[in-house]
Amino acid sequence: MKMNFDKAGWIVLIVALLVAPWIFYPLLLVKILCYALFASAFNLLLGTCGLMSFGHAAFFGTAAYVAGHAAKVWGLPFEACLAVGVAAAAAVGAVFGYLSIRRQGIYFAMITLALAQLIYFLALQLPFTHAEDGLTSIPRGKVLGLFSLDDNIVLYYTTAVIFLAAFSFIYLVINSTFGQIVRAIRDNEMRAVSLGYDVNRYKLLAFTLSAAIAGLAGANKAIAFKLATLVDVHWTTSGNVILMTLLGGLGTLFGPVAGALVFVMLENYLADSGLPVQLVIGAIFILCILLFRRGVIGEIERLVLRRS
Amino acid sequence: MQQAEPILRMVDVRKTFSGFSAVAGVTFEVKRGSIHALIGPNGAGKTTLFNLATKFLKPSSGQIIFKGRDITALLPSAVARLGMVRSFQISAVFQTMTARENVRVALQTTRDDCFSFWRPQGVLNVLNDRADALLADVGLSDLRERKVTELAYGQRRALELATTLALDPELLLLDEPTAGMGREDVGRIAAMIRRVAQNRTVLMVEHNLSVVSDLSDRITVLARGEVLAEGSYAEVASDPAVKTAYMGTAHG
Repeated sequence: MKMNFDKAGWIVLIVALLVAPWIFYPLLLVKILCYALFASAFNLLLGTCGLMSFGHAAFFGTAAYVAGHAAKVWGLPFEACLAVGVAAAAAVGAVFGYLSIRRQGIYFAMITLALAQLIYFLALQLPFTHAEDGLTSIPRGKVLGLFSLDDNIVLYYTTAVIFLAAFSFIYLVINSTFGQIVRAIRDNEMRAVSLGYDVNRYKLLAFTLSAAIAGLAGANKAIAFKLATLVDVHWTTSGNVILMTLLGGLGTLFGPVAGALVFVMLENYLADSGLPVQLVIGAIFILCILLFRRGVIGEIERLVLRRS
Repeated sequence: MQQAEPILRMVDVRKTFSGFSAVAGVTFEVKRGSIHALIGPNGAGKTTLFNLATKFLKPSSGQIIFKGRDITALLPSAVARLGMVRSFQISAVFQTMTARENVRVALQTTRDDCFSFWRPQGVLNVLNDRADALLADVGLSDLRERKVTELAYGQRRALELATTLALDPELLLLDEPTAGMGREDVGRIAAMIRRVAQNRTVLMVEHNLSVVSDLSDRITVLARGEVLAEGSYAEVASDPAVKTAYMGTAHG
């Protein structure tokens, strides 16, 4: 039954990806997809591995700056910009992971937050990030050297393909032989150790994978919006991705996607309403936590599985 | 002969927690092929000694030798891979998994694709037969597809034993294997321990003295972090120091 639920989820996702740009503004959808991927990367770490990072903006933002710099200053093609962004995020992720995974719970969260703040101050001080101004007017370039990404529809479908590929990769990791051991570590770390698993090495790999995918989301965002700024490395971005994940359903495959969708849509439509956006989102978040703890997708899944 | 070499030797091992000596210089050996019991009043340091032997705790001083090799500086996971595997006082299982998946996690240690994040876990189905055989051994055949959360307490302890045995350890450390069990379950677990001990060494902490007298070849009595007495059940039971220790703490 769980199998069927996930299968239905995949079908809905793919159909939605195909038809969405004919209903909504493509750039809004690109933003949703970038954050959906970011949240899914975060969920890979928290949902599957049980590690609550409060510093994921560091990977998202690092990749945004590096990919932006690669496009603007080095003039690299689109795909290479994404690749260097991902590589930079993975490298930062491996270092941060190494420094933080030995601690648990709140200590782990605080260390990741502190390390992410380090990246924030670097972004403020380093010459190539242009401090308060950020990287602007990043050229989008062409996908595969053929199609100009300045066409919003091309940009959208390119982002959709990247998203779908990365999302499938996350699915693969969760359901891999490695994923099985990571889940065992999440369930009972001492027991996994007693069976002979060097748990820190598994956690480090999971952390690095999560950082790399968060980096892909950040690099894609920077090029799509021609912009990499301090907001991308700010702790509120780390907070928002936690919020999206919990809103959609922690540990569910599609939860983070639904969470990002709700979050970005709310932000977008509330921006014109004159209401204080953060306040309303905060209130909705509190309501969600009180009413459906499993998140949107988590609650739907429970209803569907119970009815059958 | 090899028989003379003890499988585990702890030499003057100490563990101090901020001034308090939980284990105050313990020296003892476990003979290969024996069932060795650690008993003693609450707070005697039995579980601490377990944690030290398996390196879940770092000793403050002393030396731990397993199969003739100094393991004092090893990680707990490395100790497990060498063949000394422990169970826990509180049944340690992976609660989001089925009984079979629990055993499979242990069997996976023998494979070289533990880090293969690209390989679908369907390949692990080849482990199902071995997992099912281990589950049958502890009487859980009918429950192998059940989530662990649906298992009763005694069944979880049995599952934990099956998971531990999946590693085929040379030295099996059991921390109160019959704790919190009804009489029927105690009998079943005791029989199981006797059976699995036929081709391996067992070191166990146990409060149930009838189980201890029934199973053990040798008994070490701990009190206040020190070895109080050692010998067969009859020798230990008649030792005046042991009697005082148990009476003194109004135990047993």
